[in-house]
Amino acid sequence: MKPFFDRGPSLPLRLFIALLCSVGLITLDHYTDSSVQLRSYLTATVSPLFYLANMPQDMVFGASEQFMSQQKLIEENSRLKDTLLLQNGQLQRLQFLQQENDKLRALLGTSPVTEGQRLIAEVLAVYSHPFSHQIVLNKGSKDGVTNGQPIIDDLGVLGQVVSVGPSSSRALLIADNTHAMSVRVERTGLSAVAEGIGQSDALRLIHLPHSTDVEVGDRLLTSGLDGVFPEGYPVARIIKVQRDARQPFLQVLAEPYAKLDRIRYALLVWPHQGTSQIDPKILEEMTPPEQGQD
Amino acid sequence: MQNSWRFLYIHLTLLLALLLNVMPLPAAVKLFRPDWPLLVLCYWVLALPHRTNIGTAFVLGFLVDVMVGTVLGVNALGYSVICFVVAANHLKIRNFSVLQQSLLVGLLLALYHLVVFWLSHFLTGVYFRAAYLWPVLTGMIVWPYIFWFLRRTRRQFKIQ
Repeated sequence: MKPFFDRGPSLPLRLFIALLCSVGLITLDHYTDSSVQLRSYLTATVSPLFYLANMPQDMVFGASEQFMSQQKLIEENSRLKDTLLLQNGQLQRLQFLQQENDKLRALLGTSPVTEGQRLIAEVLAVYSHPFSHQIVLNKGSKDGVTNGQPIIDDLGVLGQVVSVGPSSSRALLIADNTHAMSVRVERTGLSAVAEGIGQSDALRLIHLPHSTDVEVGDRLLTSGLDGVFPEGYPVARIIKVQRDARQPFLQVLAEPYAKLDRIRYALLVWPHQGTSQIDPKILEEMTPPEQGQD
Repeated sequence: MQNSWRFLYIHLTLLLALLLNVMPLPAAVKLFRPDWPLLVLCYWVLALPHRTNIGTAFVLGFLVDVMVGTVLGVNALGYSVICFVVAANHLKIRNFSVLQQSLLVGLLLALYHLVVFWLSHFLTGVYFRAAYLWPVLTGMIVWPYIFWFLRRTRRQFKIQ
């Protein structure tokens, strides 16, 4: 048998060095800003592993598509055509409303809400480690993805990009513990902050006084006040309102519309370019109508 | 040649465990995913403590941090601590039966989850749910299979 640790430092010393390095890393990552760059570099380095880990699933899906019967394909095709027809009908009406809205906004002197560019990204990994709800997307800085970019899916808001590599990027989901966003209750127009609590099926609205008018079933939309998410996307539905006089604030839980634990495709949204450019001029013009609304 | 092949095999199994750790799974079974890299690491530390040691554990834990998205260094610390406990007692643990080992592995996994939870709670304020401890149980269940598989291949390839 080989002698135990015939060379190098002793075991406790090794542990000590490892602990020191870990604490150093934790400090670097959590308490300084330099880690964003480091993270994106590391994400880029390990992205081949994600492609590799995804291969079995891709093969299974690919195979099941290969062997799908013709009858099923025809059925699916007709179903998709039906939905397309329905949605096109709604889209015509939407365009009309959009025009009308733009005209009204022009009358009020506020900036029109412009449609930004979009890009579909495939999800390489959904890692819902209980302590970090993140996904890795197969689009990176080569495709124009930037830090802080919002991502959505067909049901609602998913989260935002937090680190970008050349061909992959990592996004923080709204359910993550470290994530909070500004939302607006659709029924009353009330603004609130929704923070993740580490569960993929619940968000919490924080700092709402007991007198606030919220009800179970209220829809929460993005308010656009946080400067990250564009206004008006559905986020969650309130599922629980607990008025406990012993607590300083209302206990409100909301369920995200997006199925955060089974994401396969995500839509990267480029917020409309307008905001940063119009800030100084338009803001003054915008103030009177906003005051009127409140 | 022979030496580099052994070196490669150990790291290949660790890499495979990393891949299993991030492989997409249906939501229903995701919470039960065992900590593959830690289990494989435990085996190698137990079998060949002069080849895989705290250095390996640290690097592996760091890779897990990068791939999983926890604060960098949290898993590296957890892995190093577990590796230390196993390496310091490897002669004793080797003499246990596989079932006894499996119980001990459960204890170590619980310690690892406790360390990671404490650090994460301190850093990002996560809340504890009992469901976080499922990997301890599944890890105990898969340990005998990992042990048998790795021991067989290690003897086949004569890795020392």
